[in-house]
Amino acid sequence: MNRFEWTDAATVHEAISQLNGRAVVKAGGVDLLDRLKEGLEAPQRLVNIRNIRGLDRIEEGKDGLRIGPLVTLARLSEDKLVLERYTALAQAAGRAATPQIRNMATAGGNLLQRPRCWYFRQEEFHCRRKGGERCFALDGENQYHAIFDNQLCAIVHPSALAVPLMAFGARVVLTGSKGAREVELERFFVTPEQDIMRENIIAPDELITEIKVPRLQPATRSFYIKQGEKESFDWPVADVCAVLQTKGNVCLKASIVLGAAAPVPWRASKAEASLAGKVINEQSAREAARLSMEGATPLAQNRYKLAVFEAIVRRAILRQASS
Amino acid sequence: MALQQSQQQKPSAAEAKTANTSIPNAARNPSNDEPNKKRNATRREVLPAGIVGTEGMNTVEREIPADEPPALKVNSSLAVIGRSTPRLDGRLKVTGKARYTADVRLPGMLFAQVVTSRYPHARIRSIDTSLAERAPGVRAVYVLDRVLGNAELRDKSKELPAKFPIVRFAGQPIAAVAATTQAEADDAARLFKVEYEPLPFVVDEDEARKKDAPLVFPGAADQGGTAGGGGGPQGVTQEGNVRGPVKSGPRGRPAGDINRGFAEAEVTVEGEFRTQVQTHSALETHGVVADWKEDGLTVYASTQGTSSVRDEFAAIFKLKKSQVRVVTEFMGGGFGAKFGAGNVGVIAAQLSKKAGAPVRLMLTRKDEHLSVGNRPSSIQKLRVGAKRDGTLTAIHLFSYGTAGTGTGAGAGGPAQNMYKCPNILTEEADVFTHAGPAAAFRAPGHPQGCFALEQTIDELAEKLGIDPVALRDRIDESPARREERRLGAERIGWSRRRRAGSDTGPVKRGLGVAQSIWYRFVNMDSACEVRVTQDGSVEILSGVQDIGGGIRTVLAQVVAEELGLKASDITVRIGDTAYPAGPASGGSVTTGSITPAARNAAFKVKQQFLEEVASALGTMPEYLKLGGGQVAVFDRNPNWSDGDRQGRSYKAAPIKSLSFRQAASRLKTEQIAARASRSDDYEKSRATYGGVQFAEVAVDTETGVIKVERVVAVHDCGRPMNPLTVESQINGGVLQGISYALYEDRILDRNTGLMVNPNLEQYKIVGSRETPRIEAILIEEYTGRSSTDAGGIGEPATIPTAAAVANAVYNATGVRVREMPMTPARVLAALQSARGKGGVRS
Repeated sequence: MNRFEWTDAATVHEAISQLNGRAVVKAGGVDLLDRLKEGLEAPQRLVNIRNIRGLDRIEEGKDGLRIGPLVTLARLSEDKLVLERYTALAQAAGRAATPQIRNMATAGGNLLQRPRCWYFRQEEFHCRRKGGERCFALDGENQYHAIFDNQLCAIVHPSALAVPLMAFGARVVLTGSKGAREVELERFFVTPEQDIMRENIIAPDELITEIKVPRLQPATRSFYIKQGEKESFDWPVADVCAVLQTKGNVCLKASIVLGAAAPVPWRASKAEASLAGKVINEQSAREAARLSMEGATPLAQNRYKLAVFEAIVRRAILRQASS
Repeated sequence: MALQQSQQQKPSAAEAKTANTSIPNAARNPSNDEPNKKRNATRREVLPAGIVGTEGMNTVEREIPADEPPALKVNSSLAVIGRSTPRLDGRLKVTGKARYTADVRLPGMLFAQVVTSRYPHARIRSIDTSLAERAPGVRAVYVLDRVLGNAELRDKSKELPAKFPIVRFAGQPIAAVAATTQAEADDAARLFKVEYEPLPFVVDEDEARKKDAPLVFPGAADQGGTAGGGGGPQGVTQEGNVRGPVKSGPRGRPAGDINRGFAEAEVTVEGEFRTQVQTHSALETHGVVADWKEDGLTVYASTQGTSSVRDEFAAIFKLKKSQVRVVTEFMGGGFGAKFGAGNVGVIAAQLSKKAGAPVRLMLTRKDEHLSVGNRPSSIQKLRVGAKRDGTLTAIHLFSYGTAGTGTGAGAGGPAQNMYKCPNILTEEADVFTHAGPAAAFRAPGHPQGCFALEQTIDELAEKLGIDPVALRDRIDESPARREERRLGAERIGWSRRRRAGSDTGPVKRGLGVAQSIWYRFVNMDSACEVRVTQDGSVEILSGVQDIGGGIRTVLAQVVAEELGLKASDITVRIGDTAYPAGPASGGSVTTGSITPAARNAAFKVKQQFLEEVASALGTMPEYLKLGGGQVAVFDRNPNWSDGDRQGRSYKAAPIKSLSFRQAASRLKTEQIAARASRSDDYEKSRATYGGVQFAEVAVDTETGVIKVERVVAVHDCGRPMNPLTVESQINGGVLQGISYALYEDRILDRNTGLMVNPNLEQYKIVGSRETPRIEAILIEEYTGRSSTDAGGIGEPATIPTAAAVANAVYNATGVRVREMPMTPARVLAALQSARGKGGVRS
């Protein structure tokens, strides 16, 4: 780990003014510390935003839910309002990582963490995402890698919160030296084709200052399932959030997003379309699950993920019918 | 053997004959005897024998050294031994006050970091250390001239001479640096300029067997044996990367003729099983603090063998053993990979010598995965033949596996030794690959071997239409295992077990059973000293180290039992070669080896104590009795409790009583002490330890995820000295077994030869949510082999778990998963393939 300067920002403005040169933002510091120790980054300055007031609130207004970027995963998973209305978000926060990490890790950091691909994480592998020539996963050890959009780089997006947030149609507010901008989460993440060196569009001098979840339509329920090889301290091999607006047992509108499937949180559009106007039952859920995997391009060792996804997509849909 | 003998004795004799009545004078007062005579003097002693609670419980008469203590009664008649006793050091450990190697801080101590190879196979052209030497804080650099752990060419002329050791695996240590802080050492390690000539490599054992595969060694190679059962036999034929196969059978040679055995078989089952490479992943990585001084070397080491580490340091640095002191106060796990100085120790000592200061080197987790040992993989083709009644007629195992640049990938132990069968042949080959060398790992070869054997026996049972427990009752001669099957089946509710694949929903439940076999080994380098001081304090000292099994507490129990005190009254000083030699903790030998020495020493010091106290009180030592922290004084020998010599009945009551402390104050000198080792086992016929484990699992056939819900583990370990810590070892064995069965896997990148998961995040280990309900049940088996009759538990506890889980998975789904770890990918593939054949209900 290199030597670096540490600054404490008291306000968003102060933080932004300190984000110049080779400076990086430090909130919970969970992923950042990993990256420093693994020699993936050698910043000159860490800008600590943990003490900025007002960035750790969960509020519901007329237009929906506002989540401060410093809200920890632990708080998000236990917040009454989130649990009741935005259930899947609380579930995703509560299933991520470990209790210790959830106590430190922030919502903003969770969206901005870098991929866990074992080639990306080891400095010995100079892969495309680090400016190198090749993706080592494509013809290497790819059992945990992407099954969609995996031709250039087969990382999966690591954020657990991004899965329900995208399914809810959330937006993020980015504040930088040129002011604030609001971006749909769907436009926030970047595919390898768009830019292989990054996972999102945030600028070096920007912070996520708010996460906005729109007000839900009546009779909308959500469910999140994470399926790992094990439950404690493991990443998903597949995770899914299904947000369904229903009338009786008929689905009016479905929003289904897959995690651990592609380099970005992956919207299962065909599955969503197939549910609209249908009675939610075993058959329609099974069909939607099948469609969620249509177009997948599994690699040599990760074809099994299709079966896992089909199972949890179906279960996530059916859980709403039964709840 | 012992049990057959014991059954010839009258049952009622057990208690009476083990009473403290048969000590000859020579033993009570050895100083009166000539040394030679003393060594050879023996006496007959009747000891408990058999399994408590079974009809076989009895006694056995042994010829034992005259100076050893009288027979120890069965646990139910004892005050301290056999009682669940919380670890004496538990509070220190959980409050962070126990000083592990990583916690050692000596004045002026430097911190070291290792430079390792990033290529799996290379010749090193040059190493430029100049930048590193000039880096801030750097006090010494060292370039390795020899690498320990790898196998070595039998004929060195087969390879072109090299200035630096040839790199044969990624992560092989090359050089090292010591600096005033860890950060400086880490930074400086990056400044070494190593010029490599990369060479072709192979990391996959199937690829490595091919004719044109890159060679790991350009000729036959051998690995020196490692303590704890690692390493393979020497001088084996080698072709390309394939060494062997070595043909063997029960206790060495093949038994009978397998061709005849298969010809006689009425039913034959066979299958191929694959197991992965598992790394030891002890919580504490390999590490030492080496302090080189003019007059000798002191090493604080995370080790399983203070003596074996001392011996290797003495040999490498050409020091007298007396000039090397090794200290292991507390130790964070070893599992078989921590017996020697190793590269880690040599590097630290060399740096300390150069810098003239103590040097601390704790390996990073990454280096720990790469370079200091692992459990070899295996690919086993197993064939078993039987008669319709279940009688086995033939067992044939052909296996190969990779121990990387090491040897010892055999998996034949269970096939050779578990069941009665007249015709047994095992053929075990090692395949060299460009990967870190294996080391002994908790029951070398056995968890692998059981995964194949116990699934095959399960298949055989099904084919014969015999219950798997009943089949084992027919083919397993061990009375202990029989009792364990009975107890375990009852506890888990084996009668609930249904036909394989009976569940109709997506989540299917099932029960499975598998058993383990391990062997009694004894390390004769086991000695203790027990001291009693006038203030009543008692100490025991031994070089033996506590690797987590809890020997510290057991030693206190043994001394406390003998002196009539509580375990917490005893100060235990262990883990230091300055004390009497202790055994290395490998092969599950620690408790069985050291506790007789502890009891013998405590017995000796007790005799002196009683002599002196009796003399001070003006009575006879025989009239004193220790117990409950008191010295009771009688007017006659209280052991004649059933009556006096004339047969008149009376009830012994003490005429007075002193506290142990009051009595100690009457000692003639400030301190009395006795040192004792142990005699060889009273009975040397083969003995096995083992256990039977029952697993209950739920298999999600849609996601392929296996959840182990419950494990009942019934084990024998001779006399359980401290049931609480024995149960802890069983818990640990079961958890490590589940972790092996379902999660752990050292994954090497096929294209670069580098490990992709050298951490504890992507190298997956069982966690709290994967922990099933574990029920450990101990049986108490006496065989009259030593003054404590204790045995071992560490290894047998983990041997059968993966096989029991696999059999439960079969019972749940009707599909066999023959490859570990049993991940969702493999489970789904097995289900898919069975569905193709119409074998699974969904």
